[in-house]
Amino acid sequence: MEKILVGLKRVVDFNVRVRVKSDGSGVETDGVKMSINPFDEIALEEALRIRERGEASEVIAVSIGSSEAQQQLRTGLAMGADRAILVTTDSAIDQLTVARVFLALVNREKPDLVLLGKQAIDNDNNQTGQMLAALWERPQATFASTVELSGSTAKVTREVDAGLETIEIDLPGVVTTDLRLNEPRYVKLPDIMKAKKKPLDQVSLEELGVQPAQGLREISWEAPPQRSKGVVVNDVAELVAALKEKGLV
Amino acid sequence: MSKILIIAEHDGASINPSTAKCVACASGLPDAEVDVAIFSNEGSTLAAAAASMSSVRKVLKVDQPVNEHLLAAILAPQVAAMAGDYSHIFGPSTTFGKDLMPRVAALLGVNQVSDIMSIEGSHRFKRPVYAGNAVLTVEAPSDQPVVATIRTASYQAVGNEGSAQVEEFSLDASIPDHTRFVELSAGKSDRPDLQTASTVVSGGRALGGAENFDIIYKLADALGAAVGASRAAVDAGYVPNEMQVGQTGKIIAPDLYIAIGISGAIQHLTGIKDAGTIVAINKDAEAPIFEIADIGLVGDLFTIVPELAEALQK
Repeated sequence: MEKILVGLKRVVDFNVRVRVKSDGSGVETDGVKMSINPFDEIALEEALRIRERGEASEVIAVSIGSSEAQQQLRTGLAMGADRAILVTTDSAIDQLTVARVFLALVNREKPDLVLLGKQAIDNDNNQTGQMLAALWERPQATFASTVELSGSTAKVTREVDAGLETIEIDLPGVVTTDLRLNEPRYVKLPDIMKAKKKPLDQVSLEELGVQPAQGLREISWEAPPQRSKGVVVNDVAELVAALKEKGLV
Repeated sequence: MSKILIIAEHDGASINPSTAKCVACASGLPDAEVDVAIFSNEGSTLAAAAASMSSVRKVLKVDQPVNEHLLAAILAPQVAAMAGDYSHIFGPSTTFGKDLMPRVAALLGVNQVSDIMSIEGSHRFKRPVYAGNAVLTVEAPSDQPVVATIRTASYQAVGNEGSAQVEEFSLDASIPDHTRFVELSAGKSDRPDLQTASTVVSGGRALGGAENFDIIYKLADALGAAVGASRAAVDAGYVPNEMQVGQTGKIIAPDLYIAIGISGAIQHLTGIKDAGTIVAINKDAEAPIFEIADIGLVGDLFTIVPELAEALQK
């Protein structure tokens, strides 16, 4: 195959303990570490492995957002992506519009495979891949734990509630990644230097001709209800007594 | 008035309890009129089961061979063709619904509301974001159908006092042939289902190996409980992926949850915070799991768990 398109979203790093702002307008992001969405990192790693096996020739990393998302694209280039595209927009955009952006890029780049994370760890929407596949009228294989390519088809094993489901899809298509697909590589210093010379194009939403969809209106944010700390018992007998008292055993 | 269509999840033989939880959620909408859609190869039994759910007005059945396996690419155009004048189209926030519903939303040209945990109005909903560290209230456009997934742990399944009519629904949708089912490998278990069990016993990395999970199974059997695991235990290969409890695994709400050798990473806690009573057994008194546990016991799990199993068996 020729090209693989990979999406890299800039999100609050997964190690950051997110806090809701006191005025309920959002979460605290000032001075917070930002990273590539972990599921997207897995998507990029998978694309790189496919290329390294000689099954694809080019990996293109895409992000959507403000110019700050260049940092995540540079990291993606350092991991090994061949080039990057930043679709610039200053305002947050909804999932359907994101899917439309990817469709516009798909029409421009004609990839054989689009690899995306199954969800972003900020809004936890889990929608973009499925929506892109619908708009593109192509197959989707979500929550992938293995991807095997053979010619114009892919066999994908999916992590589903019942266990592991395997489906076969015709290419081109969309695959979204689950956690156990692979372990992304660490970026080495020389690769960061090399990545600075790799192409990173910028294109605006308008230049791509994308019509924004009607998004969901954010009304308010709040901290989740907290469970309080309970009692500590000293031994099994006390534990059994406590469970019996609650009528649980 | 709210006219809601719920896409039933099933395995061909029986309806997944997530469907009755979606019905419960939908019933909370103003002036709710709830219909359930069954897409299947031969769905008479399934349709009868859906018809007996309380609060269901009508069951729409679409039987055709392509619906033998519930593949999103094949179902989505059928759901879109059924959408008609429904104000809301709901599916469960299980891997089935998460796969299908965004594809339906895109076909209908709308955004999806993911993981509804509470209904605040006909178009206003609460949903968890940032792995459950924040709750966001969103409002969907009132001039568009609301396509949503329902966080099943937030709802109690409706009962079986209903007697809805079942209708064969004929629809005109072009079904793609680009996606094919190959196989499902599911762990066979005689224990209760993890997502619906009233008691769940979970093991973590501290178990140290697949064979050591035996003590977890023995305790579960003494309690008639389902068995779960932390992501660390699944990643280490002690148990298969479908046993994972947490943000990226199953989100559950049993009456009693016993966490054994689980430190309590945020993503695990997100999956259990709707549980009735949480018991934690861990040798590290500082483990975060104790911050949210109702009952904690600090000590060596290899001594405590067999002792507990024996005490409960008596």
